[in-house]
Amino acid sequence: MPYTLKINGTDHQVDGDSDTPLLWVLRNVLEMTGTKFGCGAALCGACTVHIDGVATRSCVTEIDNVGTAAITTIEAIDATPAGHKIQKAWLDLEVVQCGYCQSGQIMSASALLASNPKPNDSDIDDAMSGNICRCGTYVRIREAIKQAALSGNTNERRG
Amino acid sequence: MFFDHIMTASEPVEGTNPQDLSRRAFLRASAATGGGLLMSIARPFPGHAAAEADAFAPNAFMRIAPNGEISLIMPQIEMGQGTYTSMSMLIAEELEVGLDQIRYEHAPASDKLYTNPALGFQVTGGSTSVRGFYVSLRQAGAAARMMLIAAAADTWHVDPASCKAQRGVVSDASGKRHLTYGQLAEKAAKQPVPADIPLKPNKDFKLIGTPAKRIDVAGKVNGTAMYGIDAKLPGMKIATVAACPVFGGKLGSLDDSAAKAVKGVRQIVRIENAVAVVADHMGAAKKGLEALKITWDEGANAHASQTDIVGALEAASHRDGAVGKSEGDIDAGMKGAAKVVEAVYQLPFLAHAAMEPLNCTVHVRKDACDIWVGTQVASRAQATAAEVTGLPLEQVNIHNHLLGGGFGRRLDIDSITQAVQLAKQVDGPVKIIWTREEDIQHDVYRPYYYDRLRAGLDASGKPIAFHHRVAGSSIVARWIPPLFKNDVDFDAVEAAAGPYDFPNLLIDYVRQEPPAGMTTGWWRGVGVTHNAFMVEGFIDELAVGAGKDPVDYRRSLLGKSPRAKAVLDLVAEKSGWGKTMPSGSGRGVAVLLGFGTYLAQVAEVSVGKDGQPRVTRVVCALDCGVVVNPDTVKAQVEGGIMFGLAAALYGEITVKDGRVEQSNFDSYQVLRINEAPAIEVHIIDSQEKPGGMGEPGTSALAPAVVNAIYAATGKRLRKLPINTDELKGA
Repeated sequence: MPYTLKINGTDHQVDGDSDTPLLWVLRNVLEMTGTKFGCGAALCGACTVHIDGVATRSCVTEIDNVGTAAITTIEAIDATPAGHKIQKAWLDLEVVQCGYCQSGQIMSASALLASNPKPNDSDIDDAMSGNICRCGTYVRIREAIKQAALSGNTNERRG
Repeated sequence: MFFDHIMTASEPVEGTNPQDLSRRAFLRASAATGGGLLMSIARPFPGHAAAEADAFAPNAFMRIAPNGEISLIMPQIEMGQGTYTSMSMLIAEELEVGLDQIRYEHAPASDKLYTNPALGFQVTGGSTSVRGFYVSLRQAGAAARMMLIAAAADTWHVDPASCKAQRGVVSDASGKRHLTYGQLAEKAAKQPVPADIPLKPNKDFKLIGTPAKRIDVAGKVNGTAMYGIDAKLPGMKIATVAACPVFGGKLGSLDDSAAKAVKGVRQIVRIENAVAVVADHMGAAKKGLEALKITWDEGANAHASQTDIVGALEAASHRDGAVGKSEGDIDAGMKGAAKVVEAVYQLPFLAHAAMEPLNCTVHVRKDACDIWVGTQVASRAQATAAEVTGLPLEQVNIHNHLLGGGFGRRLDIDSITQAVQLAKQVDGPVKIIWTREEDIQHDVYRPYYYDRLRAGLDASGKPIAFHHRVAGSSIVARWIPPLFKNDVDFDAVEAAAGPYDFPNLLIDYVRQEPPAGMTTGWWRGVGVTHNAFMVEGFIDELAVGAGKDPVDYRRSLLGKSPRAKAVLDLVAEKSGWGKTMPSGSGRGVAVLLGFGTYLAQVAEVSVGKDGQPRVTRVVCALDCGVVVNPDTVKAQVEGGIMFGLAAALYGEITVKDGRVEQSNFDSYQVLRINEAPAIEVHIIDSQEKPGGMGEPGTSALAPAVVNAIYAATGKRLRKLPINTDELKGA
């Protein structure tokens, strides 16, 4: 059946079974490939997007459950203050290796920073332990979140 | 692995000594279509003399366009290890351009043009990239710079020696006249390639040795980086596949009526041992696959079990093996020993579980086949597609991509062969994506190793005889058969005596394959990872038995290896080795030589009453010779430690009824951020030949951890993954 999904501020009309995971609508139907497939079972976090600002695994989110909520993906996270700071810290600290999981890492980290401007190690563990990185960039992910947190108020929208 | 083996057999490793530099690469230059300079490179390799004769092809290697754009066509593929940056640094250093001035392209398939000097074909693996290309890429950059300068000197009628190049601009002696590389490219293409190509002395390096920013990060942070799974083509369908879950089994009967009724499903495609559902999107393909009623013809392995597999390995370990290395007289050494100590060490089958599940996009037509994939072996991908389609090689185009992790898995082409077999039956382009479950249950597994170690000790507890028998399947015999010689898998016995000096030594190998259809393959650190666990655990036992400190004991066996001793001493100093740890905690050490790199680690581990070990800190010291990018080296050690720790704590593939029991990240656990230790990396300043850094960081971790667990609990673990039951209440 037809659905209207609000993604990165734009409405998209898509047609599909109600149980179609949002991930495949993003990747295959709308060709927004920044959001990644890793496990299909909410075990690895590679597919993380924001739904009304909450980090959500798109691989197990059926389109029927999204409704009119605002979906934000890696392609637009730069427009949020927390996302922008996180991306900058990721670049400054050279976090990435193969990079495949990093869209999901950045989405989880951005959601954390938006809701908790000064996360401690335990907060970081809680928010990020659902995101697997097989290259093992965890040391730098932790440092980058802390650096982003130090870089000022994350609640203001950028200009 | 390959590199050390093959280079020893054929030619010396490229180094930094002037005499090495005389063996220059075969460089070709020519004009590009529409102007500009093209450089290609080829090195003679035993059995590949053709490379010299007809190595040149347009766009082979480096292209300087009239608009000044400098493109590097990367001979090695980027899978996170930072090789695109390191390769670019080597060229840019001598070409006199900044990293910001170049763009990269993935190389197409060609053994002739993009041969890895280590192996004689197009392959990224074995920590060989910097080692293999350290001299030849610099020579290519230097030759191009000299030709660009010569073109400018010609234009100005001055001596080339009076001109200099900087950031892509040639200037004359006065500093008033300037020509850009773009302006000079066409004229430079007509210059002869210099016969003598002097390279910069190390002291003049501007880029090499600096922590340069990676050139591949921007797209990986904003979602625009393209992996194979991101390929987009007009009219492309998406498919997902189920192969027979029993190794070696086949597709029996199939009822696809319910699957065909799923919205978005377009076609069901069968091959001998698998079935795929082709659909508009992966959601429909997966739903379709779940709706298939499949009966498998399970074949001979229907009852194959882990117990049988390990039992066969155990039996194999009692047989005399083929001799991998023999020094002195092992029997006399054992006979003359005051004491003989023996132990069995085991390592499990492992999956790779790279974050990007295997996938391959294929478009087969009558006269061509195009493949979009991320592979460590582009020319092998091309060859298998040619074989499956019956097309000549030159009509198969491989479009390589960034790899969402390799770790050795993408050194194999089974998924590409399967994808082409399926795509042959599909009209138009189709992307075949393996689910995570398929990826884990149809991996090419790191072999199970069942090793016996035996040491003859003198009265002081020092080994005067050392025997290491390796039993396991042979990756080499399958993957590169010509190098399986005298029944010895050179990789399985690589570093099987560690970096140590034993007066009487025997390393032997017994080949024992798992059930047919279960394939074993390369896994990060390969032979060194396997043998470092066996040897460093056993040496630790010997140290304890001799009543010696594990660092002191190792040091006493490293008389002939000052570089190994240096990294061991450094790691001991930096880790605070010998300082008291709280109860239930301990430090463990491991040292190795692998991939041309000396590396030592100290792990700090605490073990809870529930038997759960927690690795809190790992200190690493290494000497990898000349460092190209120290930040990449550090990153590879950090990541390698996490990869090794995941395996030590959790990694295990087991077989029941011919099937792999694990399927996703719940049953095949990997490391998460809350389990990540603090890591310190100390790099020794060295002018030695470059060593590989993709793998040794992984190799040292598990033995350091089990040795730390011994220090914390008194329990000696000789098998991975760590069995927490053994540690409960310890």
